Amino acid sequence: MSDLTAAAWPGASPTRPEARRFVAGQGRYLDDIDMAGMLQVAFLRSPFARATFDVLDLEAARACPGVAAVLTGQDLLAVCAPWQTAFATLPTHHSPPQHPMAVGEAYWQGEAVVAVVAETRAQAEDALEQVMIDWSPVDAMVDPGAALQDRALPCHPDLASNLALDRRIDVGDADSAFAGAAHVVTQRFMFGRQTGVTLEPRGILASFDARVGELTVHTSHQAPFQMQEIFARQLALPVEQVRVVCPDVGGAFGIKLHAYADEMAVVAMAVLLGRPLTFQPDRLESFLSDVHARDARVDARLAIHDDGTIAALEVDALFSFGACSIYPRSSLGEALQALDLCGCAYRLPAVRGRVRGAYLNKVPTGAYRAVGQPIASAVVEQLLDHAAAAAGIDPLEIRRRNHLSCVPDDGKPHLSATGMAVGPLSLDACLNRIEEQMSYARLRTDQAHWREKGVYRGIGLCTFVEMTGVGSRLYGPAGIRIAGKESVRLSLTPSGRITCRTSATDQGQGVRTGIAQVIASTLGVALDEVLVTSGDTATDPLGGGAWASRGIALAGEAARLAAAELRANVLAIAASLIGVDVNGLGIAGDSIIDDAGQPVRSLRQVATAAHYDSSATALHPLPPLTVERSFAPADKPYFMANGVQAAQVEVDIDTGVIRVLDFWVVEDCGRVINPLLADEQVRGGVVQGIGAALYEHCVYDDTGQLTNASLADYLVPMASEMPDIHVSHVSTPERATLLGAKGIGEAGTVGAVGAIWCAVNDALRPTGQRVWQQPFTPSHVLEVLYPEDTAPGSADR
Amino acid sequence: MDKHANIVVMVNGQTRQLRVPVRRNLVDMLRHDLGLTGAHVGCEHGVCGACNVRVDGVVVRGCLMLAVQADGAAVDTIEGLTATGEIAALQSAFVERNALQCGYCTPGMLMTGAELLLHETCPSRAVIRDAISGNYCRCTGYQAIVDAIETAALARHGETAS
Repeated sequence: MSDLTAAAWPGASPTRPEARRFVAGQGRYLDDIDMAGMLQVAFLRSPFARATFDVLDLEAARACPGVAAVLTGQDLLAVCAPWQTAFATLPTHHSPPQHPMAVGEAYWQGEAVVAVVAETRAQAEDALEQVMIDWSPVDAMVDPGAALQDRALPCHPDLASNLALDRRIDVGDADSAFAGAAHVVTQRFMFGRQTGVTLEPRGILASFDARVGELTVHTSHQAPFQMQEIFARQLALPVEQVRVVCPDVGGAFGIKLHAYADEMAVVAMAVLLGRPLTFQPDRLESFLSDVHARDARVDARLAIHDDGTIAALEVDALFSFGACSIYPRSSLGEALQALDLCGCAYRLPAVRGRVRGAYLNKVPTGAYRAVGQPIASAVVEQLLDHAAAAAGIDPLEIRRRNHLSCVPDDGKPHLSATGMAVGPLSLDACLNRIEEQMSYARLRTDQAHWREKGVYRGIGLCTFVEMTGVGSRLYGPAGIRIAGKESVRLSLTPSGRITCRTSATDQGQGVRTGIAQVIASTLGVALDEVLVTSGDTATDPLGGGAWASRGIALAGEAARLAAAELRANVLAIAASLIGVDVNGLGIAGDSIIDDAGQPVRSLRQVATAAHYDSSATALHPLPPLTVERSFAPADKPYFMANGVQAAQVEVDIDTGVIRVLDFWVVEDCGRVINPLLADEQVRGGVVQGIGAALYEHCVYDDTGQLTNASLADYLVPMASEMPDIHVSHVSTPERATLLGAKGIGEAGTVGAVGAIWCAVNDALRPTGQRVWQQPFTPSHVLEVLYPEDTAPGSADR
Repeated sequence: MDKHANIVVMVNGQTRQLRVPVRRNLVDMLRHDLGLTGAHVGCEHGVCGACNVRVDGVVVRGCLMLAVQADGAAVDTIEGLTATGEIAALQSAFVERNALQCGYCTPGMLMTGAELLLHETCPSRAVIRDAISGNYCRCTGYQAIVDAIETAALARHGETAS
């Protein structure tokens, strides 16, 4: 390959073209889009966790200045059918149906009940205050334990019980293993309820042109094809008449993956009113309407032999969902994956697990970055640390003794004890690398020295495996119309440039740049001759979008295949045009070159001839200059990636404040296409994990009110609290693809939570106390350190 | 019902006469009355920093200031700072270091970074982190942003030193 394409090669770090626009303030996000005749929507939301309501009078609201319409859930039944989440592979999972706006009864604080459509958002909000509505609060179900008791009131009348999920696994003989173990360690874990806090809130702009029957929806979303299918079905429109466009998206992280009732309401109203309607929840609304995540109580224990090897693991997890199962992916993912990924990095002779999910009168829960995997790894890693202490073994050593042995690289599926397909992993290599990177031995020596001075520093490790590039087996068989493949459509344009439209959407990851690198290096052209775009169902080939760390792993592979095919076609046409053997030709930069490396035609000349003067070549039919390819893993459900993370923290035992001093990640995501972009995905993910462990918590009171629904009260990580994060890689190329890349988007979050758990409890080990309730607020740290000082009831926070 | 006022504001060096609802905040005025969509809205309660703009030389929250309070003031947005080239080196440092992902926090972050570099020639990483602690970023985890501001500071210091 020539020097011209060196900058594009997988392993190089070219910058993203869109970064230039963004630093100049030229991003185009949902609220930046103006459409003639556009009206604004505001919602009245239930102030109660559960209440029936009577809309008494809307005329005063309708009479307010600028108001075009005031609508209720009842009005929207005329154009939009209710929907109900179902998972065919889990038929016992029942969800109440959902309406775009509540009809007669609301089931969580924040559920939209009445909509005002007006010229400005301010006018719409003014009119909301004039809506006369009578509320009758109903007893709300807010505690998962209470929700699952016999004869507990279901949190929705369509539910027979609040049990959303009850899944068990039982492998090997856990009872004997626990009975005969040298050491058994136990821990209760509370993982606080969180939300995503994307800086740009969700947003939707819907426009229905009745003249041609076309619905166009601009939406700050990750999965345009998913939403195209849903809007078409719910509004009884042919899917070909629905176009979904994702503009620049200001952060997503899984929060913008779901079909939200308020967004569906906007689309339904746009059809009903025939005017373009736009809506973004403001920050306060976002806390009460964006999906919530995590929120689990886990009781777990680990049995080990004298030499520290694991004999058995037992996990009992109870997840707190919301009032329904979010559509279309369900609220199950977090819970299922928290159990499925438990212990996957280790040799596990016996495991008994149970995971339950309880419906509650709270905001519905759904996928948020890393989906259950942070919980799975934190539980096992924390237990391993306790086991290490019980057995007198170093925590790093105990992991080394238990890591899953090298799975043979024979392309055959190998299953973990929990039934997960693990391919070749590099756990020991990652552990060895991190040991060296962090100077582990010296940190331990320093730790002892600091402890003598009364300074409590802790070192925490977290080995993790994670699913990436999840393919078609997750949703296809479940009867959910979400594509598990990613696709590209690659063209040589008449100007001689390469355009690529892809289903892989980009919310800042830089996946389009990675794909451009793959295309440029496969074709042999310069990077800036390749233009990659995505986010429009009208022009992109169908595919999944952005979720489960799939962009470069799947769309990159599709791009590699398509580029190879396009290259062959271009050379065949060129050979025919010139009248030479195709085997002597190549592509370098903007030219076709001969076997001496001399340019013999420009790409533009070949393209122009092919498009406008195909009589110039004897080749009939002409090989296509547009190639479309898709890729999803075929022989396995996903690509398993792995890594180890480590944190060093300092706990002030007088104030309870925890400082993260340093952080390391050794990640194996296979072949790294763009190290700059990959490492930044890891860093962002790590900080979200640190945020989970130390700061973030949706605090509900016992009436189902979210008490801290603002950025002043829901604490998110800011720069002065965060460490520098050292990232390095081990590389086990993915065998199932030519590209060899696994996914990287969620890895940081998968392992960071466990690393902080372990580090904090490592710091506190001399005190004999341990934290157990995440986030580890100063008040929680002080409660565990000084239980005799704690007033009753203060343990709730 | 919506009271309006006539105001005169110098925006990015250009005098603009506007009639705005008195309750409209500054960032909404910039975005919707003037089409300057570079300043973003993230929280409307002064915490996230996405709306940072410069008013009479000082970076403030565009969401905590009313448009009418900017009557007679000079307001600079990311568009203006870009047009004059004032922060070109900082912007390039951000691009090179990938100190942005979704880009939503970026204009506000650049405002803060630029103000820091006006007052500090060689800020330490700790000082940089402290200075940007009023700018929420969910994507980057901040390290790349600190790197970029540090790089720009060192380059500027190198320029003035030589």
